[in-house]
Amino acid sequence: MDLETQTSRVQRMEDKTAVVFADDYLNKLTGEKIERECRLRLNEGCTELVVNFSRTEIVNSIGVSILLGVIDSASNAGANVVFSDVNENTVELFEMLGVSKHALVNSKS
Amino acid sequence: MSENANKLIHTFGALAELGHEVTNKSNFQDTIRTSLHLLLGSLAIMRGGVARYSRFEHELNMLAVRGLGDEFPLSFSLCDEDERQFLTNGLYPIEISKAGVLPFFQVHDQTFDPAKLQLLLPLVIRDETVGVVFLGEKATGEPYTDYDKEIICAMGRHIGGAIAQRNMLSELERRSDENRKLYENLRTTYSDTVKAFAAAIDCKDKYTEGHSVRVGKYSEIIGAELGWGEDEVEGAAVAGYLHDVGKLTVERKIINAPYRINAKESAELNKHPAVGYEILLPIHHPYTDVPLAAKYHHERLDGRGYPDGLYDREIPYIAKIVNLADSFDAMTTDRPYKRRRPANEVFEDLQRNSGKQFAPEIVAALFRGLLKELNGESGEKRFRKLLGREYMETEGLAPMLKNSLNGMTPTSPLTMISLD
Repeated sequence: MDLETQTSRVQRMEDKTAVVFADDYLNKLTGEKIERECRLRLNEGCTELVVNFSRTEIVNSIGVSILLGVIDSASNAGANVVFSDVNENTVELFEMLGVSKHALVNSKS
Repeated sequence: MSENANKLIHTFGALAELGHEVTNKSNFQDTIRTSLHLLLGSLAIMRGGVARYSRFEHELNMLAVRGLGDEFPLSFSLCDEDERQFLTNGLYPIEISKAGVLPFFQVHDQTFDPAKLQLLLPLVIRDETVGVVFLGEKATGEPYTDYDKEIICAMGRHIGGAIAQRNMLSELERRSDENRKLYENLRTTYSDTVKAFAAAIDCKDKYTEGHSVRVGKYSEIIGAELGWGEDEVEGAAVAGYLHDVGKLTVERKIINAPYRINAKESAELNKHPAVGYEILLPIHHPYTDVPLAAKYHHERLDGRGYPDGLYDREIPYIAKIVNLADSFDAMTTDRPYKRRRPANEVFEDLQRNSGKQFAPEIVAALFRGLLKELNGESGEKRFRKLLGREYMETEGLAPMLKNSLNGMTPTSPLTMISLD
């Protein structure tokens, strides 16, 4: 199932909340796809943006930059950001870099 | 693993990726966008941008921007003082609180949101400012440490290097483009000069007015029919235009004599190929063999020509082309002592002398060019312009040329020029 189909399905289920699924490796190509998707949902009026990391093993620097962009866009739109199902290493990374100061980070366990 | 170790691994991973990004041959804009991502992501910097500096226009132009807002200018004009200060500072971050000394910063002071901008990094590479990186606050909200600044410098060096390399490439492209235009201008000037020269040569002889120009055009057609490249065809045309340049030194009364000239006068006239060679030799022509074409355009395959009585393979190929073009024009135009000959007679004569005076494949090339035009296979009407409509409409000309072509051997026994 592709990203857009999944997102659309969640959108119908929970009003004002959009869930976007990240791929296994969050790099520039997949990251920019997520960023576009998030912006689209924010423009549609979503007030809570959930990025699901259940399938994501690694987030590199490009991924961090893109997620900061998502946070910035959400902040400008007055929406909250949740990073859900994040693995332990990525949680550590987000905390170390201060990403978790700007988004609610839910670990996998 | 300690937090510091994790940070190091994350940062060095970004640095390694950046090194790879700037050295691979991807699109420049894309490289800069990715580089900005890597720089921002390595230290979790909320926002930033990369600008390229044009020292010709004294302008900083944003190449990539993230999170700096719609109000952020996409280009800045820099003055000498800005550049001087960047060079003095070198590749090291400038705190925004200290950037007020930069004139360009003063101009845009109102548009820079101090909450969104914390550092400026002049990209100074080999004593030249190639760009500036703008950086916002860190996601931690903490101030930049010396370690952070070292990382920013290391990454800035990579980004600056990529911009410098791009600048160098653009400069090379610009110069190459300039050279190309210059070369084209020179070529046009040369071509115009050659044509003017040809006109000057033809002025000496009222009966053969336009002869050199026509020989140039016939030589051009033959070259093209032989499958030569553009430059070689142009060379053949030039050789034709200038083949009679030596006639400038021959007395006008001999050239214009309305009778068959005597032996003495003939000896005088026959000097013109060698004289032409002497005139053309010191000139640096873009095409080889132009002087040789002048010198040997009266040589014959059977060795009965002049000035040196050369045989077939001893005669430069270009001279053989000009020889045929010259003879063809002499036969098809009125002369002081002789009217132009009928088309059928001319082509029979050329065929008969093929292998004796003229190289067969060159005669075949002339016939082919003419036949194509007669059959409407050639879009141009070059022969019609040169010979006149009436001449071209001689009855039975096309079948005769076709028969001649079928009956001709591709090369003379001694000529080893490939027809491929």
